[in-house]
This record gives sequence, C-alpha cells and structure tokens, in this order.
Amino acid sequence: MPSDQQRILARAAREITAGQIVNLGIGLPTRLFHYLPPDLEVLVHSENGVLGCQLIDNGAEADPEMIDSGGAYIGTRPGASVFDSALSFAMIRRRRVGITFMGAFEVDRQGNLANWKIPGKFSPGIGGAMELAQKVERLVVLCSHNDKHGNPKILEHCRLPLTAPRCVSLIITEKAAMRVTHSGLEVVDIAEDLSVDALRAATGAELIIDESRLGRF
Amino acid sequence: MTRLNDKYMDIDAAIARIEDGASIMVGGFGSPGTPFALLDALLEQGQRRLTLIKNDANESDIGIGKLIGAGRVDRLITSHIGLNRVAIEEMNAGRLTVEIHPQGLLAEKIRCAGAGHFGFLTDIGLGTEIGEGRREIDFDGKTWAVEPAIHADVALVHADLADRYGNLVYRGTAINFNPLMAMAAERVIAQAFAVKAPGGLVPEQIHTPCAFVSQIVQVDPATSEQGRRAHAI
Repeated sequence: MPSDQQRILARAAREITAGQIVNLGIGLPTRLFHYLPPDLEVLVHSENGVLGCQLIDNGAEADPEMIDSGGAYIGTRPGASVFDSALSFAMIRRRRVGITFMGAFEVDRQGNLANWKIPGKFSPGIGGAMELAQKVERLVVLCSHNDKHGNPKILEHCRLPLTAPRCVSLIITEKAAMRVTHSGLEVVDIAEDLSVDALRAATGAELIIDESRLGRF
Repeated sequence: MTRLNDKYMDIDAAIARIEDGASIMVGGFGSPGTPFALLDALLEQGQRRLTLIKNDANESDIGIGKLIGAGRVDRLITSHIGLNRVAIEEMNAGRLTVEIHPQGLLAEKIRCAGAGHFGFLTDIGLGTEIGEGRREIDFDGKTWAVEPAIHADVALVHADLADRYGNLVYRGTAINFNPLMAMAAERVIAQAFAVKAPGGLVPEQIHTPCAFVSQIVQVDPATSEQGRRAHAI
C-alpha cells in the first residue's frame, strides 16, 4: 500500500513526457526526481539557474556550488546549462518551461492558487512561485486533499492571498486527480479505495464526475 | 572608477570603505555564490544601519544571517527568508523591515540598474496582493505595472576566478544574482577563489568584464561556508 505522498508522486510522474522542460517546486514536487525513468529525456529547470538538473549518483561527492532552488545538492545531465537569475526568469516569462509542479495551501474551482502566505501566521516571502504560476503553461498542484485539521484545501474560492489567478491546470491529491476546466473541476482519476461520495465529502468545491470515464490510481 | 592596477587588495581594506547606512547588494542563492568572507569582514568591522539586497536571508548563523542576528541590518530587500528563523523573528518584532519581491522581478530590477535603465514594465503580479501599490499604465491595449530598477551603494559578489583587473568568472549555481549585482552598484567588491594575472582568463569566458568591478580580493575556499547547509533530495 503506497503512502499518500507516494500515490501523489506516482500519479504526477505520468504528467511528464519525453522532451519536456520541467520545473519542480520546493518540497514534495522535488521528490518527483525519484519517479523519472533514468532514460527519459527531460530537462529539469531549477529557478536558481539550472536547466538539466539530476540526482547525484549514489556515493558521488556533492559539488558545494551546485544546488537546486530547495537547497539540495544536485548534478547535471548531458545537455544541461547554468545561468544567472535574470535569465532563469526570462526563460519562465517567455514560456519556455512547459510544466511546473508546486504545493498549495488552497486551490479553487477557477484554478486560482494560494501557496505563499497565511496572513499573521506564515509570510516568509514568495520566491519564484509567482512567475512560475503566472507563466508556465501547465501548472500541476501536488498537495494533500485536506489540511492537518481535516479542512478541504480545494475550495469554491480561495480565501488566502493568491500566488496567481486562474493558473492551475491539474490538481493531484492522495484522493483524486482533478482537471481545471471552463465548467469547473473535473475528476479524471480517483484513488483506488475511495468512493465518489467520500471524495465529494472531503472537497470544498463542486466536482464534475462522470463515473463511466473515471480512472483509478 | 578605480584604476585597473589599484583594484587587487586586502579584504579589510576593501570592506573598510563601506559606511554606516550603506545599501549593499549581496550575491548568492542560499549558500552558493554568497560572498561569505566579505560578509564576515563586514561583521568584524561593525558597520550599522545597513540596507541589504539579497535573494534570501541565508540561514541564521551564516552569511547575512550573522549580520541580521547582530542587529546591523535595518532593511532587507529580498524574495524569500524562509530558511532564516532569526530574520523572521526580527521582522515580526518590527526590528527588521523586510521588502518582498517575486524573485524574477527582484533579479530584473537589479539587472535593469546594471543596464542603465530606469526600470521596466511587467504583467507579473497584476491582480495579486504582492503587486499592490505599484503604478500601472496602459500601453498597446494592455495594463502593465511599472517596476523601477534597484540601485545600491555597494555590491558584494562571489566569483570562482578573477584577474587583478577585476574580470570575473562564476561557477555552477553560484552564478545566480552575482553578475547582475556586479553591474548594478556604485562600488563592486568581488571575492574570488583564485586571482590571476591579466591574461590568465579566457576573454570569451569572462562573465563580468572588469569595467564594472571596483575591488578584488582573494579568499581561501577551505575557509568558505558555502554549500555547508545543502542536503540530499
């Protein structure tokens, strides 16, 4: 039985296809590295200035001047490049990064995303999240379906300050994969052991569910 | 501007020219590219009421974290301070003014200063809280926010290699904000792991031409803190 995080990551890895330029956000999304087949030709962008990050080989010594944006030691794969921070964000604003994965405090039915600030509680800054959210064509949110108090993170309308409006393409939680469409949140896949009613009960937004086409994961 | 043959100097002499109340750009994203030796000399010399401009606040016991902890920084212009508990406490207690910019805008505002421009127009952050308070203008049928350049009195940068004229070559993810800041401040102090005689670097591989650099000091990589806090994925 996979853990919730393993389930999210395994499902998320299916969104990455050969030839893509991929950005992995800090935290859970960075762990997608472990789910990419070694022979898959993708370049992982890290906003501190690398295109073509990869995991360091087991046992290899880390280069102290090579980290990703989350502060982890990284290596580079063939075809990689390194560059300054202005260029790194030019790459993002010019929409050369095809897909990005990031966490969320809240995400809503319109694809609005809040993941940088909880007023009065948590405001460490926004880092590169705003440009990525606004400019990367495909933004996949990876998060737990509910917060630690059991409240839904997927809502009709975000209440927290937005990272960017209408930016999310797909939401993957341990309970479901949900596509943001013009008509609302469409459930693509539901967790293997979960009923449609249980999913609706755990969600703070209306869901579009066609049980005849529902995938399991 | 410093004469070419007067730039190579002792670290204490380079830092001694920084005054109380100075605005200082500091290179680095996390540890790589942070000019740790220059920052330690600044801590030692005691300059106060500083405004620092750096992508992040390092961690509380290294880099600019030490200056913030010692109460020497009044204001920090940054994109993220999440790894520095002390900086967050100082901010919440009202002792440190923190101005947050999205990282790409911060980089571009510094790049613009280095390119000699007033600023730029952007659609980043429109309709969000972080974009509030900016002047907006309509141009070509779209709304844009005005983002003025960020200038500073001094930039402290870290390079891998340099020559005595102040030509700089960066390495790996230690590049980050360094080449941008090396063009954006009135006075640019660079530290490098090796400082060669003029001619010792390949001209096509120089990232920052010496015309932008005021002082150059050599530091020992063995005493550097860089990369110390990185971790495995």
